[in-house]
Amino acid sequence: MSQTYNSPRETTEGRIYSVTGGDWDDLVTEIGSTQEERVVVNMGPQHPSTHGVLRLILELEGETVTEARCGIGYLHTGIEKNTEYRSWTQGVTFVTRMDYLSPMFNEAAYCLAVEKLLGITDQIPERATLIRVMMMEFNRISSHLVCLGTGGLELGAITPMFFAFREREMILDIFEMASGLRMNTAYIRPGGLANDLPEDAIPKIREAVKTIRKNLKDNEKMLVGNSIWMKRTAGVAHLDLAGCIALGITGPVLRSTGMPWDLRKTQPYCGYENFEFDVVTADTADAYGRFMIRVYEMEQSLRIIEQVLDRLEPGPVMVGDKKIAWPSQLSLGGDGLGNSLDHIREIMGTSMEALIHHFKLVTEGFRVPAGQVYAAVESPRGELGAHIISDGGTRPYRVHFREPSFNNLQSTAAMCEGSLVADVIAAVASIDPVMGGVDR
Amino acid sequence: MSDIAKQNMSAESTGMFGVAGSGDTSGYGGLQRRKVQIGSTERPFGGYFDEVVDGLERAYPGFSDAIEKVVVDRGELTLHVHREKLNEVAQVLRDDLKFEMCLGVSGAHYPDESGRELRALYPLLSLTRNQRIRIEVSAPESDPHIPSVVEVWAGNNWHERETYDMFGIVFDGHPALTRIFMPDDWNGHPQRKDYPLGGIPVEYKGATVPPPSDRRVYR
Repeated sequence: MSQTYNSPRETTEGRIYSVTGGDWDDLVTEIGSTQEERVVVNMGPQHPSTHGVLRLILELEGETVTEARCGIGYLHTGIEKNTEYRSWTQGVTFVTRMDYLSPMFNEAAYCLAVEKLLGITDQIPERATLIRVMMMEFNRISSHLVCLGTGGLELGAITPMFFAFREREMILDIFEMASGLRMNTAYIRPGGLANDLPEDAIPKIREAVKTIRKNLKDNEKMLVGNSIWMKRTAGVAHLDLAGCIALGITGPVLRSTGMPWDLRKTQPYCGYENFEFDVVTADTADAYGRFMIRVYEMEQSLRIIEQVLDRLEPGPVMVGDKKIAWPSQLSLGGDGLGNSLDHIREIMGTSMEALIHHFKLVTEGFRVPAGQVYAAVESPRGELGAHIISDGGTRPYRVHFREPSFNNLQSTAAMCEGSLVADVIAAVASIDPVMGGVDR
Repeated sequence: MSDIAKQNMSAESTGMFGVAGSGDTSGYGGLQRRKVQIGSTERPFGGYFDEVVDGLERAYPGFSDAIEKVVVDRGELTLHVHREKLNEVAQVLRDDLKFEMCLGVSGAHYPDESGRELRALYPLLSLTRNQRIRIEVSAPESDPHIPSVVEVWAGNNWHERETYDMFGIVFDGHPALTRIFMPDDWNGHPQRKDYPLGGIPVEYKGATVPPPSDRRVYR
């Protein structure tokens, strides 16, 4: 059977071989017999090592990559366009699905932009901001863990994946405890949060932080200074500071050149200026340095989370303005997140005005004064910017996300061309693109 | 496209659920919708914005010809640049004012603003001085050309392809301006306002909920 798929076809571009099974040696023998040194390999979009539905078109001379091009768009879902047809609050549920490994950052960037448009940035309650910071930092750890785990897996290191996903599970449990959802949480909303943390959350989170800190050491032992790991990553996928700046690269890739650029320090938002943490850098400008930055950034995130836990005071988690604040605090039931029963009882049984208010705000939403803003946060992959335009209506006029994955993936060619084909995997893994974010 | 969808996109703003006149029975929504034109801002702009604008004026002699207006809104500075002068201004901003990073380009479509329907918005970042500004460039729909800034900021390559794909703005001088998300043979530019969102009508007990872009909306 496989013979029919494997048989080469002659086209205007040359002879094409489709590999869909069968004996690899047969193919090698056949290509070898053509005496052709230049081979164009199409890798992906369905390939276990391309870090998602990424298509790489590699031109090879022997084992050396002479040209590397990316084909993207396989996960384009029109999220930006969709938000133009929903209320400002509904937008959160769309943007959280872009970069599915860092939903909290997508939500935070969007909400910070909407709040800037509304002019209520100063009115966001302290507790809401602190919980946002905590969730973002947890999310940074879980995202870095996936990068290290899958990055390792793609290069043949299986064990880090098991360790990474073990810790990630604990973080997803915390998300589930707070929002009812493990991914795509829609927890951060314009004006504050969807709901407060459950009552027993703080001790559970403290316990989790303790366990995660202990367990992260396992992965550290697997990846830091491991000679096999270093052979695959050290000195590979070099991109220096000038290259990073020219290509607009931010995040761990920029920091691996020694540039301590982290928006949490340089342009603080959500009160990051009040936390003690270090910006982790490397000076190797290679894949190994980028992975090391991620390993050590997780520890810094844990530091921030502990400071948040020490500072959390009881209080509201939604802005006081009743024309903006979601009318009910949601509550988490056995079947997920929904309106709290107390609230339903009040609007259905006692207060007609409250019912009207609820109905208007939920169906129509609030109006946002016309104008445009750009709000940026430091996501695990770099600067995630939300550029939002309002025409004064109840729905966004235009939402654009400056996705770090999208931008950073451009550097594939600069990192890979001239290197060996095996290093392409290390390069892409060290950029850590998330295709949901790239394609939106 | 359904009538409602057309109405939603029409210039004239009818009331809630397409009601003409006031139509407001609740008094809640304040149905009047004013077209807000954000005008030019006068000096002083505040913060480092004066420094940036003065610096640009000093370093770039053609300032008054190139810059349509300067807008400061919600703590952000926007320079509206004539498209013919975009590359000159970009070069000066990068080299003399140290905006070494361009964080891409975002498009916007204003079908009612004749002669300047399409917009390209470039957020700029200076790592050296820790400053942010934005450039706004407009082009008419009949002549959707804006010069590419890839020569100045190489990282804008994919961003310009995205904006071309979504809005049909042709970035002249781009090394390979092709679609990036949509298939190469796709018709139209999905994020223009006259391109419907589409979707699948949902049927429930005999009634049909139309796709999002065909639904009645609050205005």
